[in-house]
Amino acid sequence: MTTIAIPPGMPQYDDVPRYDVTAVRADFPILDREVNGHPLVYLDSANTSHKPRQVLDVLAEHYARHNANVSRSVHTLGTEATEAYEGARAKVATFVNAPSVDEVVFTKNSTEAINIVAYAFSNASLRADADPRLRLGPGDEIVISEMEHHSNIVPWQLLAERTGATLRWFPVTDNGRLDESGLTDLVNERTKIVSLVHMSNILGTVNATSRITARVREVGALLLLDCSQSVPHMPIDVVDLDADFIVFTGHKMCGPTGIGVLWGRMELLAAMPPVFGGGSMIETVTMGGSTYAAPPARFEAGTPPIAEAVALGAAVDYLSGIGMRAIQWHEKQLTAYALDALGTVPGLRIFGPEVPVGRGGTISFALGDVHPHDVGQVLDSLGVQVRVGHHCARPVCTRFGVPATTRASFYLYTTTEEIDALVAGLEQVRKVFC
Amino acid sequence: MQLESLYQEIILDHYKHPHGRGLRDAEDPADRVGEAHHVNPTCGDEITVRVATDGATLHDVSYDGMGCSISQASASVLHELLTGRGATEAFEVHEAFLALMSGRGQVTPDEDVLGDGVAFEGVARYPARVKCALLPWMAFKDAAARAGVGASPTEVKA
Repeated sequence: MTTIAIPPGMPQYDDVPRYDVTAVRADFPILDREVNGHPLVYLDSANTSHKPRQVLDVLAEHYARHNANVSRSVHTLGTEATEAYEGARAKVATFVNAPSVDEVVFTKNSTEAINIVAYAFSNASLRADADPRLRLGPGDEIVISEMEHHSNIVPWQLLAERTGATLRWFPVTDNGRLDESGLTDLVNERTKIVSLVHMSNILGTVNATSRITARVREVGALLLLDCSQSVPHMPIDVVDLDADFIVFTGHKMCGPTGIGVLWGRMELLAAMPPVFGGGSMIETVTMGGSTYAAPPARFEAGTPPIAEAVALGAAVDYLSGIGMRAIQWHEKQLTAYALDALGTVPGLRIFGPEVPVGRGGTISFALGDVHPHDVGQVLDSLGVQVRVGHHCARPVCTRFGVPATTRASFYLYTTTEEIDALVAGLEQVRKVFC
Repeated sequence: MQLESLYQEIILDHYKHPHGRGLRDAEDPADRVGEAHHVNPTCGDEITVRVATDGATLHDVSYDGMGCSISQASASVLHELLTGRGATEAFEVHEAFLALMSGRGQVTPDEDVLGDGVAFEGVARYPARVKCALLPWMAFKDAAARAGVGASPTEVKA
């Protein structure tokens, strides 16, 4: 074996930030439990992540000590709750390097965040005086891709139906990469918005967006990136990405369910008409009509998920404490290990990039002709939790000619031993079905 | 291993060697033919069931589809149990299978009625898989209704 020395002065292998996975696992109470008589092997973090005690404690503490409604009380508890809620917004803003804390809109999840943007376009399209960038009609185009989650397909199909605009999409290559060969045709002067997944929830592909962003700027369209699978796993900087909107969800990044984020450039959020009407989103209300609050309040009608937002702030603190660079590197090593290990399983076919470059720790595969439900069932009997099905990305399954796939996905607490357990489980599947 | 209660030998055998698979035209041109296509939206399993009947006897229950071992074995058992049966009797079997699958493992199946269908007793203990087992039977019900037998086609899906 030849050892290649990295020349002095260059970044050395040991310079990469690392952390102790065993110590991290001790923060997650659920990882201690057993499933069907076996230690839990949780390989479904792309679906939802587990929550560390630091987040669970903050959630409980909020309800036990600071519970009150936000933005409308002068009393002490109300002030504490408001400070905690707005403090969480500030933490999230810092986490994605948002230029202003007011650019962070709390939503229920990524799906709601995308729908808010789509409905803001819809509402703007009904008003002659709305910002022309947000107005859509027949002849205008919306561009998505074939590798989107249903949450980044259906809202745009509905928007196209309502406005008469045309929906177009980037295809996917055989290797599971975005096919950018038709970029200049697809994104053109008729394009109003391009909405793309940053990291695919089924193929694991991380899309390089700079060429697309440049083209979007050239034609004067807007760019939304669905970062549901990337924000939890790698450092994300909205300035660096040069997007107009990004969306992500709390429950995939060690936070609770019921809280998500829409980040948008302030001048765009300020130009967007409201979507949900109700309390907190107004400036003044008369029986004859209303005026609306500035963002982010304009898009947060009603009592928001307060405790969930505060706990998301705790999740951001937790992830930042470990370091997103370190988490990204840990998962890169796991992905390389898993791709190698899965390659040893006879009859296994991977959908998506087969090299640990430009991809994250989410791997979809088929095991011979065995149906993914059967794969998942046998693995579950061994304590191994994977997702089976179309992963809310049916067009990807259709693209690769399968009704469903089996998917293993990793996170900061995943170990190589768990990947070994998966591979051993797949042997068991083969014994039953092959 | 508890998994064996789910994947009983009979089920795996029907899955690997399905009986009566493939959609067939009615042998008797006077027969009424009904067909229904059902999908399980959570996993993408699909099945098409076709029933050929003179109104009294189910001359053929044919099917085609793709899916997991449970749904495909269930279709094979459906074909075997119901082909050639009187319509009334067929719906008694249908009802018995539904009762078994909704029994959460608490219903003891009658082999005289359900034949190889008794092997699905274990499936009833896995709520996530009950839908797989029922997929062909639900499609059958709609197909039969379209052929003019059994329940009224109030819940017929495309």
